[in-house]
Amino acid sequence: MATQQTTTAGRILVAPSVILLLLWMIVPLGMTLYFSSLHYSLLDPDNVSFVALQNYTYFLSDPNFLTALTNTLVLVVSVLAISVCGGVLVALLMDQPIYGQNVVRLMVIAPFFVMPTVSALVWKNLLMNPVSGLFAWLAKSFGLPAVDWFTNWPMVSVVLIVSWQWLPFASLIMLTALQSLDEEQKEAAALDGAGPVSFFFYIVVPHIARAVTVVILIETIFLLSVFAEIYVTTNGGPGVATTNIAFLVYKQALLNFDVGGASAGGVVAVVLANVVAIFLMRIVGKNLEG
Amino acid sequence: MALKQTAGKRIGMTALAWAIGLLIFFPILWTFVTSFKSELDAFAIPPKFLFFHWTTENYFEVQSRSNYLLFAYNSIVLSVGANVVGLLIAVPAAWSMAFAPTKRTKDVLMWMLSTKMMPGVGVLVPIYLLFRDFHLLDNRLGIGFVLLMLNLPILIWMLYTYFKEIPVDILEAARMDGASLANEIIYVLTPMAVPGIASTMLLAIILSWNEAFWTLNLTTSNAAPLTAFIASYSAPEGLFWAKLSAASTLAIAPIVILGWFSQKQLVRGLTFGAVK
Repeated sequence: MATQQTTTAGRILVAPSVILLLLWMIVPLGMTLYFSSLHYSLLDPDNVSFVALQNYTYFLSDPNFLTALTNTLVLVVSVLAISVCGGVLVALLMDQPIYGQNVVRLMVIAPFFVMPTVSALVWKNLLMNPVSGLFAWLAKSFGLPAVDWFTNWPMVSVVLIVSWQWLPFASLIMLTALQSLDEEQKEAAALDGAGPVSFFFYIVVPHIARAVTVVILIETIFLLSVFAEIYVTTNGGPGVATTNIAFLVYKQALLNFDVGGASAGGVVAVVLANVVAIFLMRIVGKNLEG
Repeated sequence: MALKQTAGKRIGMTALAWAIGLLIFFPILWTFVTSFKSELDAFAIPPKFLFFHWTTENYFEVQSRSNYLLFAYNSIVLSVGANVVGLLIAVPAAWSMAFAPTKRTKDVLMWMLSTKMMPGVGVLVPIYLLFRDFHLLDNRLGIGFVLLMLNLPILIWMLYTYFKEIPVDILEAARMDGASLANEIIYVLTPMAVPGIASTMLLAIILSWNEAFWTLNLTTSNAAPLTAFIASYSAPEGLFWAKLSAASTLAIAPIVILGWFSQKQLVRGLTFGAVK
């Protein structure tokens, strides 16, 4: 057991990490909160004044904010639907006794390790370009008109790219959960005459339910702040069609130089993420008990 | 189920799994193939799949036109450097949490993990202004510090889970024999935890290598890693598909290969132990 001496040593050894993370978390977050109550533009940095909640009323009543909020939710929900449903199906398939399972697994997981700027540009140009892209050629081969993805379906395009990055993650986590399913339980179900459908709903679903929840929560946290994919493909456009909250805050801060407004937007983003984080931390916390 | 599996069903499943695997992998494969084409062949309709003049000139041109090696150097220095420093801070912290826990240890760990859930835009403005005032924009130390802070909770968390698997008796035996705390950590704990530390580093380097919010916002040229370099191809005048593909292949190949070895760590590190 821990003695008095090791406890003291433990406190000292954990201190650098705690202090660094405090500096990284609390100080900037406090500054964001403070800035969000100021009229502060980098174009006119000498003229700073306290405006209380005015930035929030401005930001929240800005029609672009509502669009950005809607876009954020559409992006998160669509990618979740595609990656979680797809992930369960892919994981179920990979869990079957198939030849070359390891190679299939490598191919499925690979997109998760591709940096966001690469996947966004490869999809935008090599695949989705309306003239020379592979999708355009495929469409024409089937006698269909080529789709100008980023002009006519900008959000769908971003959703496709981001889903391609997150489907592997969901598949890998689900596969890990599926593989921890007890062989004896499978055999018992088979002996009891469970068909594939009842096997899926009474054995598999309850077993992977927690993994599905965790995937949903973790993906939501990352998807709420999708940035690079939008930055290199649509730059938020056309208009504000693909501007999410993260991108709106970036535009307000680094393109419009509105420190106050961008900070208010940042606070809104933190609140949104925290709603999800609370649920995730509960699950993680329960797991730490054991 | 497995008992009744027929050969025919197995072959059918195999074909389906391979088809879906190839479909998911295809964009990467296509990038790789395109990187060996001339710019003209890269734009060709119908697309040329295998029968074109294979050339490696794009790989050389990427370097001569845009100093690719500087960005690759930055990526390597930043992702390795930030995490080596991170490891030096995280190992003592993880030791403390695993072997000298107090009532508050669990809360501290939870709090650390919760910092990973803060969206970057929540602190973009103050960090940007602080970096501007301290001349840390486009500076390797500056972006390195950010990458370190982003990974520190994951480093501590993963090391903690690995350290928990090491029997405390061994450390106590060393202590009985008069080993100092520093010697206990360096000569007893670390060698036993090498596999865990290596896996942790692997995941951390992958995450830093691909980080694209802060690298895009805080670097421009001197300290910019490959994520920012590739982003420069989004400008209309930079639309050279074969060169984009060559640069992309170089940027992702080492990490995809490392990633293949890190699947288990990925599950452990990114689900915070909630899925086993």
